[in-house]
Order: sequence, then C-alpha cells, then structure tokens
Amino acid sequence: MLNRAPLFLLYLNVLVIAICGLIYELLAGTLASYVLGDSVTQFSLVIGTYLSAMGVGAWLSRYIERQLARAFIEIELALAFLGGISAPLLFVAFPWVDWFRPLLLGTVFAVGVFVGLELPLLMRILKEHLDFSDLVSRVLAFDYIGALIASLLFPLVFVPYLGLVRTSLVFGILNACVGLWSTFLLKPLLNPRNVSSLRWRSIVVMGILVVGLLKADQLTQFAEESTLGGNVIHTSQSPYQRIAITNKRGGFQLFLNGHLQFNSVDEYRYHEALVHPAMLGSRRPERVLVMGGGDGLAVREILKYPEIREVLLVDLDPAMTQLSKTFPPLVALNKSSLLDPRVRVVNQDAFVWINEAVDPFDAVIIDFPDPGSFSIGKLYTSHFFRKLKTKLHPDSLVSIQCTSPLVAPKSYWCIIRTLEAAGYRVRPFQATVPSFGIWGYALASLSEPDVDAFQLALDQGSFRFLNNSNLHELFVFPQDIPSLTPEINRLDNQALVRYYDEEWHGYD
Amino acid sequence: MATINRRDLISSLLGISAATISGCSKPQEVRIEGELLSPDFATGHRLRDPATAIGAIEQWKEIPVVIVGGGIAGLTAGWHLRRSGFEEFELLELEDEVGGTSRSGDRDRFRYPWGAHYMTTPMPENVALIDFLQEMGVVREVAPDGSPIVSEEYLCREPEERVYAEGQWHEGLFPVPGASQDDLDQVADFHAKMLEWSTKRDAKGKRLFALPIADSSEDSETRRLDQVSMLDWMNEQGWDSPRLRWYVDYACRDDYGLTIDQTSAWAGILYYAGRLRRESHESQDVITWPSGNGHVVEYLRRQLEPHLQRRKLVARLKPSGDSGRDATCELVVFDKDQDCWIGYRAKRVIFAAPQFVAKHVIERFREGTAVNDQPFRYGWWLVANVHLRGRPKDSGFPMSWDNVLYESKSLGYVVSTHQSGIDYGPTVWTWYYPFADAKPRYTREQLLSVPWADWAEMVMTDLEIAHPEIRSLVTRIDVMRWGHAMVQPYTGFVWSESRKMASKPDRNIHFANTDLSGIALMEEAFFHGVRAADEVLGFLKERA
Repeated sequence: MLNRAPLFLLYLNVLVIAICGLIYELLAGTLASYVLGDSVTQFSLVIGTYLSAMGVGAWLSRYIERQLARAFIEIELALAFLGGISAPLLFVAFPWVDWFRPLLLGTVFAVGVFVGLELPLLMRILKEHLDFSDLVSRVLAFDYIGALIASLLFPLVFVPYLGLVRTSLVFGILNACVGLWSTFLLKPLLNPRNVSSLRWRSIVVMGILVVGLLKADQLTQFAEESTLGGNVIHTSQSPYQRIAITNKRGGFQLFLNGHLQFNSVDEYRYHEALVHPAMLGSRRPERVLVMGGGDGLAVREILKYPEIREVLLVDLDPAMTQLSKTFPPLVALNKSSLLDPRVRVVNQDAFVWINEAVDPFDAVIIDFPDPGSFSIGKLYTSHFFRKLKTKLHPDSLVSIQCTSPLVAPKSYWCIIRTLEAAGYRVRPFQATVPSFGIWGYALASLSEPDVDAFQLALDQGSFRFLNNSNLHELFVFPQDIPSLTPEINRLDNQALVRYYDEEWHGYD
Repeated sequence: MATINRRDLISSLLGISAATISGCSKPQEVRIEGELLSPDFATGHRLRDPATAIGAIEQWKEIPVVIVGGGIAGLTAGWHLRRSGFEEFELLELEDEVGGTSRSGDRDRFRYPWGAHYMTTPMPENVALIDFLQEMGVVREVAPDGSPIVSEEYLCREPEERVYAEGQWHEGLFPVPGASQDDLDQVADFHAKMLEWSTKRDAKGKRLFALPIADSSEDSETRRLDQVSMLDWMNEQGWDSPRLRWYVDYACRDDYGLTIDQTSAWAGILYYAGRLRRESHESQDVITWPSGNGHVVEYLRRQLEPHLQRRKLVARLKPSGDSGRDATCELVVFDKDQDCWIGYRAKRVIFAAPQFVAKHVIERFREGTAVNDQPFRYGWWLVANVHLRGRPKDSGFPMSWDNVLYESKSLGYVVSTHQSGIDYGPTVWTWYYPFADAKPRYTREQLLSVPWADWAEMVMTDLEIAHPEIRSLVTRIDVMRWGHAMVQPYTGFVWSESRKMASKPDRNIHFANTDLSGIALMEEAFFHGVRAADEVLGFLKERA
C-alpha cells in the first residue's frame, strides 16, 4: 500500500527533516557565539557535540525493534518540541542560570540524538518497500540537499528577517507538521489505535510553538538581540534611563538608552585617557570630583593614587550606581571602586548639584553621556562650566569626555570653544578606543595646564594603555581632525545637541 | 442664578465634544488636593457697592507721597523714588502680598508663577529697563551698542516651546506636520511681513512697533492698523490659512486674552514685530525665572519692604484745592487688619491700580466727568498650578518651557522647573486659560460660583489631550481666578484718545499701570511706574 504513496512526498519529508536538523545546529552555534563570544570555539563545540550526538542516535536506532513508524513520528514530535523551543529557552535562561554551557551543549546533544535516529528509522521503514541501493542514494542525496538549502537560507533569510527566536519556533512547527503528515503517509504501518493519539500530540506541540511564535516579540525585546548586537545579561528601567548590559565577544557592554557606554574589552583605554592627565597637574590630587561615571570605572583609575583622600561621585541615577556596587561582572571590572570608604556617591542631576556650596576639588573628571538630548546638553553649556569654576582651585585640572572628534567634529569643537568662552584654558586631546573609534577629550583649567611637563606618577604596572611617551601624543591631533570654531553651547541655544544630532544621525 | 453643569462648562470652554469628557459622575475618584484662589474680590467689590458706607476716620497720617497698588507699576514707582534718594512714601496694597498679576507661589520647594511669567530682552533704546535689569543682576553687561547681555541662567533654556498636534509634540509653536504647502508659504510671508514692520520707521525716525509703546510712531499708519482687527488685516493680506490663523490667534489669546477677530491689528503685529531685533530674523530672547515675573516682584519687595502697607483698601481719593504747590490729596483707606477706616493726607499720589478701580475711587471718575469714549476692558483668566509626582511619557519633541496644545482653547502650560534645569521627577506646571470669547456663555457671577472640582476637572481634561496618563501623576491643582486680569487691546482702543488721556495727571494724582498702554506687559508697567515717579520727583524738585 505504501508503494502507492507518491515517492516524491517521502523525499520531501527527508528534505524537510534535513533542513530542520541543520537549522537547529546553526541556531545553537550562532546563539552561543552571540551570548558567549568567541564564535570559533562555540561553533566547533556545537558542531562536534551535534555530530557525535547524531552518531549516538544512529547507534541507538538499532534498539528500536518494533513499531518503527510510531517511533519515528514520536521522535519527530520530540525533535519539533525541543528544537522549536531551543533558541527562546537558551536566550531566556542565559541571564538566570550559572550552568548555561551545560544547558546549551545538553540541548545540542539531545537534538543531535533525535536527528541521528530519524534517518536510520526512516530507511528501515522504507527498505521493505524500495530497492535498497535506490533508497540509500536518494535519501542521502535529499538529506545533503536539505543541508545546503538550510545553510543558505539561514544567514540570508532567517536570521535577518526572523531573528533566532522566531526561526527556531518556525522550524519546530515545520518539524511537527512532518510528524502529523507522517501519520497520514505511514498510516498503513501504524497500529490504528495509536493514530489519533499521535495526531493529537502533533497538534499540541504545534499549538505550543505557535503560542511561542506569537509571544516572540516580547521574548526578542527581552533579549534585545537585534538592537544591542549581543545578549542582554541585565536590563532595568530607572526613572532616568534604560540600563542594559550585554555580553559578546569575550566581554560585556553597558548601554544607557541604547547607547554604548563602555565595552569591558577596551574600556581601560578610554578611562586611562580620561582620568590620568587630570591627575598630573602641579597640584597632587587628594580630593577628586567625578560627575557622571556611575559605572565606577573612572573612580577605579583615581583610586590607583595612594594619596587620594576623598572621591565625590555625582551621578543622576541611583539604579546605575547601585548596579556598579552589586552586579558581579561590573564590581569585578571597577574593582569595587564605589564600595571604597573614600568614595561618596551623590545621586543628583549634576546641573542641580552644581549650585551646592562645597570646598574646591583638586581635580574633576566629567564623564557624562554624549549630548544626545537637551537634558544632557545642559551639562555642556557655558553656564554649567562657569558654575563649575566655583568647585576648582586655580590650578585644578578638569578632564571632560567630548564625543568623537572624527565623527562629530562640530560637536567636539563646540565643547572645546564653550569651555574657552566660560574662561578656561583648554588642551584638546584624543585616544583610540576600538569600541568607539577615535575619542575626544578636553583638559581644562583656570590656568594653562603644563602638558609638556606631564610624567606618569605611578608605576608603569598601573597602566595598560598609557606610558610616558604616548601620554604626550594624546595631545597631538592628526591632519583629518582640524580645529573648528562652531557656535558656543548655551542654555538658551543648546547648539551642541543640534550639532550632535546632525553629525551622529545616520552614522549608526 | 443657574448653576453650571460641569460637562457643559468644560466642553464649551475647551471647545471639545462633551462625549469625551470623563469624570462627570465620579469626581470623588480624583484624589487630588487643591484650593480655589482669587484676588480679594469681597473687599474689592465693596468699592463698587453704592451701599458701602465710609465709616468715621479714626486716624490721619500725613505723608508726602502715597502709591496706591503694589503691582509691577507701583513697585517700580517706589523703586525709582528710592533710587532717586526719596524715601518719604508709602505703598498701599489691598492684597496680603504685593505683586498683582505677577505674583508667584511656592510649595514643597517649588516656585511657580500665578500670572505673568516672562519678559523679552529689552531693545537698546529701553535704557531705564536695562539699568533696572543690570541692578538686578539679570543683565550682566551692556554692549557698546547699548544692547544688554543677559546672564545665561535667566535666558529661557532650550527647548523653549513645542506644540501638540496630530498625536505628537513638535518643536516650535507652528505645527508644521500636516500643514499644506500653502500653509507654509503663508507663514513664511507672514514672518517676512513682520520683519519688514520691525524695521520700519516713520518720518521722525520712530519705530512703528516699539516697547514701551510710548516710543512707537503715532502716524496715520499706526492709527489705521489700530482701527482694524487682526483677522481683517490678515484677510486684507490674503492670508486665509487655518493654521496661520490658529498661530496668530494663539498669540493674541496668549498676550492679550482676546481672539484674533477682537484684537487690534496694531497690537497683533506688535506681538511679533515689537520683539524682532533690527535687521535680524531672531526674536529678542525670552527672560524667565522659575517663579515667572514673581522673581522681579520679589526683588522689588525686598528693596521696598519698609514702605509697604499690605491689606489696605483705598476707597476714596479726593484731591483738594488746585494742583498748586500746597495742594493735598486725601485718601480714605480701609484697614483690613484693624477693621477700621484711616485717612492719609499726601502731597502727591501715584495711582498704580488699574483704571477699573479708578472709577470707583477717584472723585472725578465717580462723578463721570472723565473722558470715556473707548472704555478700558479687562479679561477673565484662569491660572492653575498643577503639581505632578513625575513626568508623563512623551512622544515626539521633548518637554519644553512652553507647551501648547493645537486646537485647544487653553494656552497650554509652562514648566516651572524648566529654567532650574530639573528635568526629572516631581514638577509644577502652570496652566493658562483666557476667557476670550466675544459672547461669553457665562456671566462673571456664574464663573465665580463654579466649584474647585469642576475647574480641576477642566484642567485635567485639557492636559489629557496630550498626556493620557496625567491623572495618575497629578497630586495637586490650585486654581486662581483672575476677574480683571489684563487690559484688552481691542480694535480701536490702543491708539484711542481715552487710552492716551488716562496717563495724564489729575491734579496731584499721577497714574501708573500697564493698562495705560492698552496692553498688559511687564515692560509697559515698568515704563509707567518710572514715568509717574519722575513726574512726582519733578514736582517735588520744583517745590524745593
């Protein structure tokens, strides 16, 4: 009776099974690379585990002796369910579990075992009805064609248009369809008592996966895989901003409102350049003011100087400074800087805090986010910089992060000229931070900073980026960053926010 | 007197369909505190009641100069007297606190205006005002060409204004999205015309539109523009764009409490052309403070404290004898604290209260012998200070100083914390509503009977247009009813004889109030305060 079934339908079955199997493998590899970084290692491990698991599956197939058709359909359904939920399961589990790698490889292994069972069983089912050499050649040919189709469609169509979570669910549904369809195709080989139970189970599996597909938006939003380009290991929404920490390529990244603040891989370059020049003036800093910088990384650099007595950190968002005190990867990165007894944290808008009466500081580090909104732009105005003067000694140095002078030259020079208009002597400087590109800073003081006399005041062992020669090169600008004189950023024009918007718009 | 149905009140005043108004049946669900405030209507209205008998004067005070009224004009007059070395004066104020319609409030560490909330940076010609602002520390220095350089913290912080239209906030006051090319062309034409007017001067070299308006040209062109309404004048120009009309109508309601068809075209143009800097497209920068012009009041109050007499109702002003050197003026004053009548004998009086009070107080006005062909008219205003526990989520352009709702009859709201740079957390919004309809649906008496809950509901209904979740954020709404808030520059009034004659002294009474200019502006009140004080000083000097 089976002979009468159109053969191409059987081969189509093989093709779909093959595509699904390879898609699950690619999903696992891609997801592991996103989440854990180091794609070579992740793909090697996933492929190795998957292929060996297929071998295990193939070997296990010999122990299935009776009711082959029923076993085949049950395996299809198990595979549909496990493969279908694999990507969402792993994404959701990642921030919550410590045993992510075992979970990942265990899932890959289980999927591999089921896929390894599929073809041997199908071939044994069909061998009664087909010439063996014909069977082997055709089944294997369709299996490999399916692999080709999957490997082409996965990067070109499924990842860009569906994303990992939806792709996973869609192929799970497809796999369950194969199971359901096989209850019709292989009906003559099934015990009639089992048919309806198998069909019901197919429908239940499909139903679960369809629900998952409908909720996929929430899952992907949760994972933010598309916007931040890595897996989110922490998110919170404070009244001030959306805080997200992602993990990719062996490091982790902090995003505020979707804008990258640092990447743990190269933030040392950014923070060494931001902090140390301001510590090298004629005045040995003992009391330092940090504004912004709630990640505690600038404070970490400051605390390298043993003579530091007090660091005051003024950062708007208690959620951010709290995270820097408690989130283990961040605490490890900032070396518990915000927990140091010499460090005092004030959670207030610096624009409001600046009106408070406090004794002058020996050095000031300004690490506000880029001026992408009016509420941040006000912190780069001549008004704010004038108010800052009341917090300085005549020879205190101020270091300010000023966005990229290469991507946003008008914004960069707007900050420099605004500092000058507010009465500062300013030395522009820049450093290369791979995650950001060429990054700009300003060293400002009420008296001319004697940059040429700068000598690192700590052992070379305290620095990963700076040494006594590149310290001076920071103040040398290349030809493609000419000095400009844009408008001064004032409270009543917020010129900087408009420059910044114009220059960065379309760049990302 | 029929009580007003809340739904009718809100839908007719805001100009929205009654079906969209909620909260009619369940006002108790709104767990919001608040008070209904007003100037001292009860004492003030005693003046116009003919039955009010003046009691026996228990005590007479002799003082060379008395200032009646402690708004910006009266305070400025006192400031100018002191600055000129003259200290023998008292200022009598009816209310518990000075400031008039520039007063401000404070609660929970917030300060916010109750009325006037900004001024524009004066042109170089306005030397007196620049001097004053320099003394206050608002003007940091004066450039060689005479233009004032205002300290950055007092210039309105960007973003300055936004408008809610088509479900989103947009930068500026003119709603560009959804506007047709014709709308945009007409707006461009309109601004070009305003720029042309701003630089135009008459044969004597006077600007056609200057502040104070006393410095404006008074030639036939000015008079002609005053004789037509802003709407008619725009029709003459062929400007029929509904959006442009809304934009100009908003300006008229905002500055004058009148609709576009009631406002004198001269006054309508002044709103724009009077503020444009010579040869520049830029408007003069806006100067503002968290407490609005209450900041100016506070500065003047500190200067004048020993001269201030609060809670004193001046009921009668009787100049005796001629305007000669020994003429005196008798003031009959009700002391609200002592609940008794007292008398003042002064050489000179600066009457810095509005003209609608003059007709009940000053003998000549009471006898009806004053010129009165074009009466002074004043508009009803409602101002609400809305306390919020946090900021609503916005779509489009971020929260600005001035936030306007396109197609609402309200003027929107000003954010009191904006100028302090407080961009997060609790805040206070000052919401404005002028009763500008030519044919008011309700009488003043009816409006006075509307309970607080109905006004609070109206404010929230209006804010809900742009902020659907506003009810969950509001903690308090205080509502001020201004019965005669601002003088109205209706068609034909600004350059009328009666308006101009009102500034002339009546024997030994000198007049100072913004209404003498036909428009209510800080600049005008200041001008009249200084002018009246100068008249008095001139007389005193002559006598000495």
